[in-house]
Amino acid sequence: MNKKQKKMLIRIIIAGLMLIGLHFLSMHGIIRFSAYMVSYLIIGYDILRKAFNGIRNFRVFDESLLMAVATIGAVALAIYNEADGNSGDYVEAVAVMLFYQIGEFFQGLAVGKSRKNIADLMAIRPDYANIESNGEIKKVNPSEVKAGDIIIVSAGEKVPLDGIIIEGTSSLNTSALTGESAPRYVSINDEVISGSVNINGLLKIRVTKSFGESTVSKILELVENASSRKSKSEDFITKFARVYTPFVVISAIVLAVVPPISEMLLLKQPVLWTTWIYRALTFLVISCPCALVISIPLSFFAGIGGASRAGILIKGSIFLETLSKVRTVVFDKTGTLTKGVFEVNAVHHNKTDESKLLEYAALAEGLSSHPIALSLRKAYKKPIDISRIKDVQEISGNGVIAKVDDIEIMAGNEKLMKNNNIEYIKCHSTGTIIHIAINKEYMGHIVISDVIKPESEEAVKRLKKSGIKNIIMLTGDLKSVAKDVAYRLKIDKYYAELLPNEKTEKLEEILNDKNVTAFVGDGINDAPVLSRADIGIAMGNSGSDAAIEAADVVLMDDNPLKISKAVNISKKCLRIVKQNIYFALGIKFICLVLGATGIANMWLAVFADVGVMIICIFNSFRTLLVSKS
Amino acid sequence: MKKVYRIEADCANCANLAEEEAKKTKGVINAAVNFLEQKMEIEFEDNADIKSIMKEVLKNCKKIEDDFEIYI
Repeated sequence: MNKKQKKMLIRIIIAGLMLIGLHFLSMHGIIRFSAYMVSYLIIGYDILRKAFNGIRNFRVFDESLLMAVATIGAVALAIYNEADGNSGDYVEAVAVMLFYQIGEFFQGLAVGKSRKNIADLMAIRPDYANIESNGEIKKVNPSEVKAGDIIIVSAGEKVPLDGIIIEGTSSLNTSALTGESAPRYVSINDEVISGSVNINGLLKIRVTKSFGESTVSKILELVENASSRKSKSEDFITKFARVYTPFVVISAIVLAVVPPISEMLLLKQPVLWTTWIYRALTFLVISCPCALVISIPLSFFAGIGGASRAGILIKGSIFLETLSKVRTVVFDKTGTLTKGVFEVNAVHHNKTDESKLLEYAALAEGLSSHPIALSLRKAYKKPIDISRIKDVQEISGNGVIAKVDDIEIMAGNEKLMKNNNIEYIKCHSTGTIIHIAINKEYMGHIVISDVIKPESEEAVKRLKKSGIKNIIMLTGDLKSVAKDVAYRLKIDKYYAELLPNEKTEKLEEILNDKNVTAFVGDGINDAPVLSRADIGIAMGNSGSDAAIEAADVVLMDDNPLKISKAVNISKKCLRIVKQNIYFALGIKFICLVLGATGIANMWLAVFADVGVMIICIFNSFRTLLVSKS
Repeated sequence: MKKVYRIEADCANCANLAEEEAKKTKGVINAAVNFLEQKMEIEFEDNADIKSIMKEVLKNCKKIEDDFEIYI
């Protein structure tokens, strides 16, 4: 609570207590009037001042002016009644002002709370970088650091720029970026992204990107600009607010003048001016569109905030809105459903220990820089002892023959086996098959393939559950591989062996079905497809910068499960937006009708104004709650 | 040239109206008020005297709500 809010709270309490106290004191005439006026001024003096400024600047539809007119009108009617011999009702004017201020007070608190949430998110902005030059360590602004510089990050500090570790090991907390709470273990040659927090070790990092290009700057830019891309619902409310207030005010004037005059002229009855003026004043209290003006953007804001805490960056309210209507999701296979890196997937028909087979294969390929050799060495996990390897012959297009511990090892494809007259077992798995023979005896084969992400199957299942009708996979990969992946993930439709430009064409075809379509890609070659889709979802961690720029939604941890989560968040957000619109407009309309017919008094009107606003604000807060699972 | 200022606005509707006022100020090409983040981005004409323009912007915004504040 800031100073202004504290002051307001005190005013609310004093005026509230006075109102209760005055109810029990029996006072009459001018004393009673002055007592009520004191409480009225305590709670409403700033509104009256603002109203006066409104008049001076010719702003007739000013909210404060309308509140002032309504409450002063109510006081005037009470004085008029008093003069008639009845005791006037001053409570109403004070109460209306009081409730109005309570409403404003809560609105301020709620907005402050959501702003704080975003501010917490902004806490990823690094304040400084420790740069090393000539053996000295200097604290500098991150924007002064160039790519290639060496920076030092000690425990507890934020990594200020993207880079590669050249010294040290540590655990990093990336939860602010990815929503993932488990720390990430890093050591030499690992890439680190800015915005993550170093938990324990001391790291020396060679900077690879300048501050403006760094992950942290990109994210901040995205989040800060998110609320400027307004959704259709927000546009609707802005336009609606412009006509709503003048409409209600003019209706109020009509209500104050037309019925009494027509009663007088047509029915020749005495004019009930006070009744109709009272009803008109009731209208003025309901005239503020605040509940909508504040709660709709707040819902989107909270939705975007909640999503970003889960590691899903949404670039604007408009995309949150589109996301909720998605019926078709098109996946690019490599890097989204699969890891996009080739790994040893299985070892088949091995006659010796699986790890022994891997060890021999890795050593035989120990000096090669072929991607297959890299995957084998990665699966072997231990460093390669070069002294164990002798007489290496690389046979291009076939494989390798080498001596490991003086034992002859052959590792390669079917051709290598055939050429050396070794009987082998054909493999039915998709991927690259490495057959191994030790001393010319067949020992089994190793399957290397792109690995399906462990979350992919569940991701597809959840998308179907979230009401996505069509799930389609596009890939440049072989048909056999695509078929296998589609079958295993239960994807309805796939198109394989597509060139990058054919992917765009395929997407155009899919878009012809008029279903709102999302495209999920990792960004290698698919930036055009991402921007062509109704909504482009990019993998933030493995994705290219171009893809993240072209995409509308970025998944920070590359987890495909987050897609259904994003859809669910957007649906919830839009549901809340709709609830707020219907609820606020419904209640206001009912109160206008009841007010015009004299059933509703000003008390109900003030509920229609601030009560509805507070309920809508609390309702929009629900969008911030995003389940962790 | 664009500059971002921290502001203090109490009501959402007023923030929208203040944005209109800021846009009308001489020397300002465009203005965008973000009520939820309490920020105002102003795009100035080239070679503009930012200091005096901002004084004018603040004056115009105060017409809408006199406790509207821009931290220049």
